[in-house]
Amino acid sequence: MKILVCISNVPDTTSKINFTGDNKEFDKNGVQFVINPWDEYALTRAIELKEAKGGSVTVLNVGEADAEPNIRKALAIGADDAIRVNAHPKDAYFVAQQITAIAKEGGYDMILMGKESIDYNGFQVHNMVGEMMGIPSVTPAFKLDMVDDSTARLEREIEGGKEVVEVKLPFVASAQQPMCEPRIPNMRGIMTARTKPLKVVEPAGAEAKSEYVHYSKPEKKSGVKMIDAENAGEVIKLLRNEAKVL
Amino acid sequence: MSVLVFVEGLNGEIKKSSLEAATYGSQVAQAMGTSATAVAIGDVNEAALAKLGEQGISKVLYDSDDRLKQFVADAYVKVIAKAAQQESAKVLVFSNSNIGAAVGSKLAVRLNGSLATNVTELPKMDGGNFIVTRGVFSGKAFADVNLTSDVKIIAVKKNSTDIVSNAGNTATVEKLSADLADADFAAAPKETVMQDTSSGVLLQEAEIVVSGGRGMKGPENWHLIEELAKELGAATACSKPVSDIGWRPHHEHVGQTGITVSPNLYIAAGISGAIQHLAGVNSSKVIVVINKDPEAPFFKAADYGIVGDALEVLPKLIEAAKALDK
Repeated sequence: MKILVCISNVPDTTSKINFTGDNKEFDKNGVQFVINPWDEYALTRAIELKEAKGGSVTVLNVGEADAEPNIRKALAIGADDAIRVNAHPKDAYFVAQQITAIAKEGGYDMILMGKESIDYNGFQVHNMVGEMMGIPSVTPAFKLDMVDDSTARLEREIEGGKEVVEVKLPFVASAQQPMCEPRIPNMRGIMTARTKPLKVVEPAGAEAKSEYVHYSKPEKKSGVKMIDAENAGEVIKLLRNEAKVL
Repeated sequence: MSVLVFVEGLNGEIKKSSLEAATYGSQVAQAMGTSATAVAIGDVNEAALAKLGEQGISKVLYDSDDRLKQFVADAYVKVIAKAAQQESAKVLVFSNSNIGAAVGSKLAVRLNGSLATNVTELPKMDGGNFIVTRGVFSGKAFADVNLTSDVKIIAVKKNSTDIVSNAGNTATVEKLSADLADADFAAAPKETVMQDTSSGVLLQEAEIVVSGGRGMKGPENWHLIEELAKELGAATACSKPVSDIGWRPHHEHVGQTGITVSPNLYIAAGISGAIQHLAGVNSSKVIVVINKDPEAPFFKAADYGIVGDALEVLPKLIEAAKALDK
């Protein structure tokens, strides 16, 4: 079984988010980048399936050279090889086209990724890839198992419940917890990752369909109003009369 | 040329998030000098559809194919694409739900359109631009995005639009048939299991959420969370550690890798407010934090704070909530 896992290189959750150039660009200065936490579920589950059924796991990133440390980290966690499409990920449509080009060429049985990236929060790419390739996309999935060699059984979240879906290979799925317990690299993994293949390819001709023109930050809260625990019930009155949310 | 809004039903009624999308779509239509049409699928009754007039929808297209009662992306896409073509729709509006965003993404490919999800404000249209504001960086920032294709698709963030209700306005309801084939249902779910929500309020749609963390000390104390939620008409939720140790089910976990919520009121009892938790709740309009540790980071993100043991504080809140005029 050949599995393609798409990962994003994103600011660590604890990063302070700032913008430069008249609030037109994200400021990478001093920001620690990590593998998108949602993608870690897809990566670990792919490795678990490979260990159980055989096959290979290829990691794909659409991004610039500064993503390579995290691509190596994915290799250290257990992926076999990696591809980086050398391009700034302009928008979801652009990224989906790059993934589709790689996926068509590679003939993968399964294309996995996180349900969204924690920077652009799109929740778009997986469904776009499914549509571009004309194969099912099951999103967001929190359980993924093989029924037999050609069929997978997934459970996906819908508002207020879940759906159980069986699909034939190939398919696209996006992952969320509790699909698995994301792994961290061990020493042996880190050593072997250095020599695993990381291929850099130029982007397929593709256009973005949106332009990010300006960023802003939410207004700061005016500060917390503390209420004495003895009179905790007061907060209910404040919520009605002052905040007007009850 | 009109604006097309996709509305989702649940148990015969239209979801609150879809009423928000209908309001948003009508307001966009008004700004463009055109009308708003809704397309509805599946599990919703016709009286509820006509009532979409209250949100400014003039016409509703309804595909009553029984097979659409459960969500099947390919079939939904086909129905909505047919409606879009029939109405020559240039703007399509969805709720930013798991269904709405999924169908929106597929339609962006099929209709060669620009898509923005997690949208918080009405578009600004001038000089040929069509700019929407969307939440990015897990609630830490907003981005203005220009949608450059001819067809624009917008998935509206939940609870970011105030629903307009002009009583008495009704929409005309017309049947729509997309001639669906068996192949369109190839990826249909084997089984759909709806959760038994203890409060009866869907977490993703809730205006008020009462949430518990490890400070609740054990699942046996959750009746306090449930009781307060019941008094306030709220949904219940929990932090990641609580779902990881199995005190509560995973589908109640809010936070970075769980469900993102943006209610009007979020009450957190015994949750310290790790950054991963905040990422899932930071666009709540008002936040109340109850924690015995005065240094808990959550207080920095709160509007109201109470330093105290959640098990002692919650009964006081329940008592006060019972005394409210409802």
